[in-house]
Amino acid sequence: MDGYYAWMIVATALVLMMTTPALALFYGGMSRSKSVLNMMMMSYVALGVVGIVYVLWGWSMSFGPSDVGGVFANPFSLFGLEGVAGGSYIAVCFQMTFAVITAALISGAIADRVKLSAWVVFLPLWVTLSYFPLGHMVWGGGFISQHLGAQDYAGGTVVHINAGVAGGVLALIIGKRVGFGKEPMKPHNLTLTMVGAGLLWFGWYGFNVGSIVLAGGGEKADTRQFMTETGVTFLNTTIATCAAMLAWLAVERVLHGKATSLGAASGIVAGLVAITPSCGAVDTLGAIVIGAVAGALCAWAVGLKYKMGLDDSLDVVGVHLVGGIVGTVLIGFLSTSSAPGGIDGLFYGGGLGPLGDQVGAAGIAIAWSAVCTTVIGLAIRHTIGWRVSDEAEVEGIDSDQHGEAAYDLGTGLGRGLPSSGVLAATQGRAPVTEGAPA
Amino acid sequence: MKLVTAVIKPHKWEDVREALETFGVNGMTVSEVSGYGRQKGHTEVYRGAEYDIALVPKIRIEVVVDDADADDVVGIVVKAAQTGRIGDGKVWVSPVDTVVRVRTGEVDGAAL
Repeated sequence: MDGYYAWMIVATALVLMMTTPALALFYGGMSRSKSVLNMMMMSYVALGVVGIVYVLWGWSMSFGPSDVGGVFANPFSLFGLEGVAGGSYIAVCFQMTFAVITAALISGAIADRVKLSAWVVFLPLWVTLSYFPLGHMVWGGGFISQHLGAQDYAGGTVVHINAGVAGGVLALIIGKRVGFGKEPMKPHNLTLTMVGAGLLWFGWYGFNVGSIVLAGGGEKADTRQFMTETGVTFLNTTIATCAAMLAWLAVERVLHGKATSLGAASGIVAGLVAITPSCGAVDTLGAIVIGAVAGALCAWAVGLKYKMGLDDSLDVVGVHLVGGIVGTVLIGFLSTSSAPGGIDGLFYGGGLGPLGDQVGAAGIAIAWSAVCTTVIGLAIRHTIGWRVSDEAEVEGIDSDQHGEAAYDLGTGLGRGLPSSGVLAATQGRAPVTEGAPA
Repeated sequence: MKLVTAVIKPHKWEDVREALETFGVNGMTVSEVSGYGRQKGHTEVYRGAEYDIALVPKIRIEVVVDDADADDVVGIVVKAAQTGRIGDGKVWVSPVDTVVRVRTGEVDGAAL
């Protein structure tokens, strides 16, 4: 089915765009101006590291042929994609982009204070211990898919609950930013955040509608079935997100008097997160309900970090964990057999069974991610350490970790003085001829 | 001579400029400034976190005028800048010893 492969190539490129640049822009705008480059680099570096790890052993651990106790597949069975052929290459690319963005999502919880080296060490360990096994359990024929009838169309458990828990755990282990709760830490550029949120929504069609590959409704499906399934998941992704944005804005209007742009951007992401697991399982009205509940609950949840004293900088817990749980659990109520990938949930006469399966899957994902992330997080803390110095953090992690500043708005005075830049460049250049052997 | 300094709401700047020009004021110095008075700034909300923004943007106008015109200029500025709501600003008058026009070297009244 040629159209299927054409769509999967487009969908894969769309999901790649969700990390770079969409998530980088979304997070970057919410950071302070002195740390926006570091924030963006965490996404770009996640792409670099996880991309390589995925083709070496990630695909093998998630979808390889040799199941190990229902938890993961043998990392060496398809090591380096040995034995992969044909249409599977597209599936590998598609799945790789999922692993990349899941890891990148975590960075929002630990913004402004983590050494690049610690992040580079964390990434391969975390995807290996937490992401690949959960991917195998849910999608690769492992424990959850074998023993629970849980539905997860595009990654509510593997992606969003997993990243949300990891973000929260790391924020606890790494600790608060210097001045958290005392100094203002306002987003420095909400236009970047708005562009990022819009691009995330655009790319999310690749994420959700492309996940027909996971639902098994792609390659082998007839054209009519393919069109129905892609159409429904596309539609549900759209309307749930509309509802979530409006719900977030409504909550803000009531609680704080104004509907904000950051609220709209956040509502969009909350809705996209919640409809991710459920986009194939619910009908039109169900999607609107899931979006509205996610938008309202996440808007309320992001305020909790101040009460709990948890510096989850950019609300990975409040948006991805809460949104992921909402989408995963509501399937148990709202799933309907009239949707292409759905079975009847509690509200459609399906009883408590489906709800129990959904809660069970969410619970396993939470526990798995929490344990793995705690082990890795503590190991890094007690070896190479996570944090830059307090001084570097206050003066700006961009300058400390990357030797760069995001914005040069100089007027020709001070650090913008042209001659100082030229001078530094001249001094930094190694002598080419002097002292060289003749 | 007097220096009349007015700190007003930005949206009233055009009204004040027109009124002063109609009165016959030839020049003025205008700057974008920020500050706060009794109303203490405003509040911004980011994902439920409220930030008190202490400083509010204002326009500062500085005009040097003859002693005889000072009261009129103050009255004109107050009338043109007034909305009756909180944050309308302040006007104050200070003495000026000497004024010199840089281009010609003219002094005091001739330099205005």
